[in-house]
Amino acid sequence: MKYSAFSILREGLRGHRGWAKAWHNPTPKDTYDVVIIGGGGHGLATAYYLAKNHGVSRVAVIEKGWLGGGNTGRNTTAIRSNYFYPQSTALYDLSVRLYEDLSRELNYNVMFSQRGIMTLAHSEPDMEMAARQVNAMQLGGVDAELLNRDQVRKYAPLLNFRDDARFPIHGATWQGRAGTGRHDAVAWGYARAADSLGVDIIQNCAVTGVLIEGGVCKGVETSQGLIRAGKVGAAVAGHSTNLADMAGYSLPIHSYALQAFVSEPVKPVMNTVALSPALGVYFSQSDKGGIVVGGGLDRVPSYGQRGNTPMHDVVLGGLVEMAPILAKVKLLRHWGGIVDVTPDSSPIIGPSPVPGLYLNCGWGTGGFKAIPAGGYLFAHLLARDSHHEISRPFDLDRFQTGHLIDESAASGIAH
Amino acid sequence: MQRFPCPFCGLRDEREFSYVGDFGKVRPDTKARVSDAEWAAYLYDQKNPKGQSTEIWVHLPCQEYFKMTRDTVSMDVIDAAPLRKPAQ
Repeated sequence: MKYSAFSILREGLRGHRGWAKAWHNPTPKDTYDVVIIGGGGHGLATAYYLAKNHGVSRVAVIEKGWLGGGNTGRNTTAIRSNYFYPQSTALYDLSVRLYEDLSRELNYNVMFSQRGIMTLAHSEPDMEMAARQVNAMQLGGVDAELLNRDQVRKYAPLLNFRDDARFPIHGATWQGRAGTGRHDAVAWGYARAADSLGVDIIQNCAVTGVLIEGGVCKGVETSQGLIRAGKVGAAVAGHSTNLADMAGYSLPIHSYALQAFVSEPVKPVMNTVALSPALGVYFSQSDKGGIVVGGGLDRVPSYGQRGNTPMHDVVLGGLVEMAPILAKVKLLRHWGGIVDVTPDSSPIIGPSPVPGLYLNCGWGTGGFKAIPAGGYLFAHLLARDSHHEISRPFDLDRFQTGHLIDESAASGIAH
Repeated sequence: MQRFPCPFCGLRDEREFSYVGDFGKVRPDTKARVSDAEWAAYLYDQKNPKGQSTEIWVHLPCQEYFKMTRDTVSMDVIDAAPLRKPAQ
């Protein structure tokens, strides 16, 4: 069923009895061409692009919980491509471009709001580095501007412009095409579109083992039985190592909790996303009015989907310094997701050491913004058994060849 | 705020500690020939277990490195032991 103003009107007039389910709830078949492990944004987007761009429709997405119940539903919804290295720019800007047309493509409103993102510069040396960042982005073909203090103030007057600010604002880098989206809608939109193209979306089905015959991955053992597959794609974020253990290979990944916070709804006070590297915090305001706050990783490797108090103190203390007017705002919710962090803070897309099993992981703290590109490139890899030129630099082999893409060092931004 | 046990100073706030790495990772013998795969595995691969994990930690104020076993889901500390043998 196509969603439109007309369908809303029609269903409104007849008591909303005609809405169909957005996706089915099939029992798994014995065999598929491709099985995707993980029903988060990346897994669902991969299934959609496999069916849409490559004509592979015998595809199943297997999810141990519910769709988008992992990090896709546990983030701060920021979407941006303000990276330093050309490989990263190509990857993340593909994502932004796909997001720009995603609501229309999926016939599902993902509420991508291009309200811009600013990364604050708190000193003159910071401004030099900001100029370098802007230059790198512009060379990469991505929109970027260097803002001075007055321009920052015009965009975000609630920031701390007091004379006694611990980190005075000198300016900022600005990417106007960045913004925020509706995270659940991204998962649901891809799920609905993939389902309509014949993809089986199987929830409450945990993978318990990897079927390997003659050294080749031939399927997965699940809580709903054995499912054979021509190829298996793993998009399981913070649990990538657990899957690697099942299949018998190692990954350069640490799992950490990443916390985020949302306040009670308040009147509109902030119409962009602002990040302060010095304070280790960034925030935006959701359409409901909640102040959405994020920061860095917890300091202790963890699989517990909750945060701990030291990072809580850093992030909320930083927020109050960054925007003192928010000091009295009460928190409504607080959550932690388990993210997969690589040594260079860049993702891994490529074949695993086991033939027939492919990896989409290592997105660390920045997986949500990359969902369309991750799915697009992973589908290309699974369908053709070869890299798209944009995903090639992100292969697992970079840790042996030494071609790391060290964004955390280069752009100095939280990922 | 969780408290971790330093084998030398006792229970201290978690903020005083820093995670160093997996316990039991042995540097390849660089006097012999080391393949790229072996070297990359040493540099980058992590055990990253879900559940019980044995790791090297440092207590920053006293700068002592020690072995800590903990649960990465419940965050309970199971054991902490010095890496050094006691002085004779």
